[in-house]
Amino acid sequence: MLSRTADSLFWLARYMERAENVARLLDVGLRMASLSSNPETDASEWHSTIVSAGCEKTFYAKHETPNATNVVSHLVRDPDNPSSIISCLATVRQNARAVRTALTTDMWEGVNSTWIEARQLKDENFSSEGVRTLLEWVKERSQRFGGAVSHTMLRSDAYWFVRLGTFVERADNTARILDVKYHVLLPRSENIGGILDYYQWTAILRSVSALRAYHWVYRDRLQPWHVADLLILRAEMPRSLVSCMGEIVTYLDRIGDAYGKRGEAHRLAGGIHAQLRYGKIDRIFQGGLHEFLTGFIDQNIVLGAEIRRQYLT
Amino acid sequence: MPGVAFDEMGEGEQGRPQYAQIRDWLRATPMDLLAQKRREAEFVFRRTGITFAVYTEGGDPDRLIPFDIIPRLLDAAEWNLLSRGLEQRVKALNAFLRDTYGAREFVRAGKIPEALVLQNPGFEAAMQGLSLAGGVYTHVSGIDVVRTGPGEFYVLEDNCRTPSGVSYMLENREVMMRLFPELFGTHRVRPVSHYPEELLHTLRSVAPPACMGEPTVALLTPGSYNSAYYEHSFLADEMGIELVEGPDLMVDDLVVYMRTTRGPQRVDVIYRRLDDPYLDPLSFRPDTLLGVPGLMAAYRAGTVTIANAVGAGVADDKAVYCYVPDMIRFFLGEEPLLANVPTWKCAEQDDCRYVLDHLAEVVVKDVHGSGGYGMLVGPHASKAERETFAEKIKARPDRYIAQPTLSLSTCPTFVENGVAPRHVDLRPFVLYGKEVRIVPGGLTRVALRQGSLVVNSSQGGGTKDTWVVDG
Repeated sequence: MLSRTADSLFWLARYMERAENVARLLDVGLRMASLSSNPETDASEWHSTIVSAGCEKTFYAKHETPNATNVVSHLVRDPDNPSSIISCLATVRQNARAVRTALTTDMWEGVNSTWIEARQLKDENFSSEGVRTLLEWVKERSQRFGGAVSHTMLRSDAYWFVRLGTFVERADNTARILDVKYHVLLPRSENIGGILDYYQWTAILRSVSALRAYHWVYRDRLQPWHVADLLILRAEMPRSLVSCMGEIVTYLDRIGDAYGKRGEAHRLAGGIHAQLRYGKIDRIFQGGLHEFLTGFIDQNIVLGAEIRRQYLT
Repeated sequence: MPGVAFDEMGEGEQGRPQYAQIRDWLRATPMDLLAQKRREAEFVFRRTGITFAVYTEGGDPDRLIPFDIIPRLLDAAEWNLLSRGLEQRVKALNAFLRDTYGAREFVRAGKIPEALVLQNPGFEAAMQGLSLAGGVYTHVSGIDVVRTGPGEFYVLEDNCRTPSGVSYMLENREVMMRLFPELFGTHRVRPVSHYPEELLHTLRSVAPPACMGEPTVALLTPGSYNSAYYEHSFLADEMGIELVEGPDLMVDDLVVYMRTTRGPQRVDVIYRRLDDPYLDPLSFRPDTLLGVPGLMAAYRAGTVTIANAVGAGVADDKAVYCYVPDMIRFFLGEEPLLANVPTWKCAEQDDCRYVLDHLAEVVVKDVHGSGGYGMLVGPHASKAERETFAEKIKARPDRYIAQPTLSLSTCPTFVENGVAPRHVDLRPFVLYGKEVRIVPGGLTRVALRQGSLVVNSSQGGGTKDTWVVDG
């Protein structure tokens, strides 16, 4: 397969996943904002959303103080933000168009109709009332794409590169969503472990569709270290870091077997996966959750670059 | 012009026999059913993404070329004449190219002005003295043919660089078979769907002699922003070969490789849909990002075949066109089976004067233009347009040729207010490897506006399925 084709497949999947995850991040932001209408903390909550989305540079180039309106606009529709949902969907379609014949009809039609619908969105779809429906729509389209991939794609290198893109991106996003809580300030009147703190953790779990899973696994009231454990170390949680890394190792192995050759990307992915698989949550908290997450995000970036060097150029 | 033009179906009750059933079908089918079929066809085209980008216009970048649901028919005798004439013509064009970059006997025999060949923008000095695999330069040609009467076919122009449109020929047939299976039951239509196979076979047959085993063929495209990108990806897919862009290829030690996920893979034949100046920044335009640095060096070293050959454009120049009948006589010792349209060369004083005096009657073409750009259709132009054009001709007479306004044949076409005659041409595709292969038919282009003679898709022309029918 042409390296460029693999590259487009990889980024096609990454950007579709990113669109979904930006939607999830915004969902956390909107939930947290609806919990408090405290001007002292409002800006900090929206700032956290921007930081977690990795969009500080593009955002603060245009806006001074974050609020619901400008954050939603920047993360959903700003064409100058390459990670805005609309930009992501445009990149997805562009990559899909470049590798049309490597896609199944279902994948192409999913991507194409998403793009056509996205272009028809009107201002009211981006308003504070309309945006929740829009975020649901994004998640639904991303899941439909995932369904088309899993139900219709031949299991060969094209499929493996799509999957690698999905899981590299998802790992990044889960780490970022979890890190939101680090950046959110609790108002002085609130205690850690207090009611607001509790609802903020709830919002994070909801945004990754894991609230019910939490209760099933821990049968306990919300504890920060349980939430972190679920999203970092629990293999049965499909968006957890260890799950994503496990998938990455699996697909890199498939490619390695097919091509009869392994490389640095395999070593890196195996190393990160082992850390997570044998990691313990109290050790992570001792070193600092935020430090652990940013360390992970950096490692994941290096892994992405290595996959690119090994196969995509 | 309409009314006096030769109609492919024929007028009145008699008509031409191969259209008998089409005539009955048109008579028996209500207009709203035809309209519905046309909508279905459009839907299929839109969904498969068969689109054509037009550079100069704003609006929808993924525009559909209008498709007309009434087929254009040729009988076996007509096709026999055409295919023999096309084969002859392409062989002569190829011989001319081999001669131009070799012994140059045609020039030396005084058959063509030397300057017209050597100063031609399509001429490529780097090709001089190069021996190509199989001696083939024009692996794929599109020869535009028009008709003015029962047995009167004229070649309007030759396309020896990167002719496009073959995907429409194939998709039009697919759509017709889907919409009107009953018509295929009552006609014996020669198939065209094996074109990609024939093309691949042709390309493989011209692999460099040193290539061992199965040659690796790749289709080189300028990329997804090119107007014919759909066709490029369609053909690559049908042939089962990689669709590559310049950056996907690299040259190492005079050998061309493509970058794959398994590492570099050697390429033996490049079917390029990229014009000469963009092929290699080291040899041609240094600013091109579309090409492959070092490609020409590899080509000259004979490790890779490029189809069509670099420099093939000198043969399809509109001024060189006038000399093709002589090429046929000179290289093949035969009389041309297909005539040229009489042509005035503005480079020659007498011709130029005639053209300027008769601008209202002739069609003037820029010899380096294509796609219907830069031409003047005298009878349809305003006085002001003609005057502006006259200035252009006077400034650079060598850039222009003129031809009489031919009364192109018409074919029944489904337009807004029913079925009406519209002017058509025909572009058959000729493959040349070890031997010449022509898939029966070609792309019929139709000028959808009443009276219009411009069939180019970039100028609002449409297409029709072309049937070569037996018995």
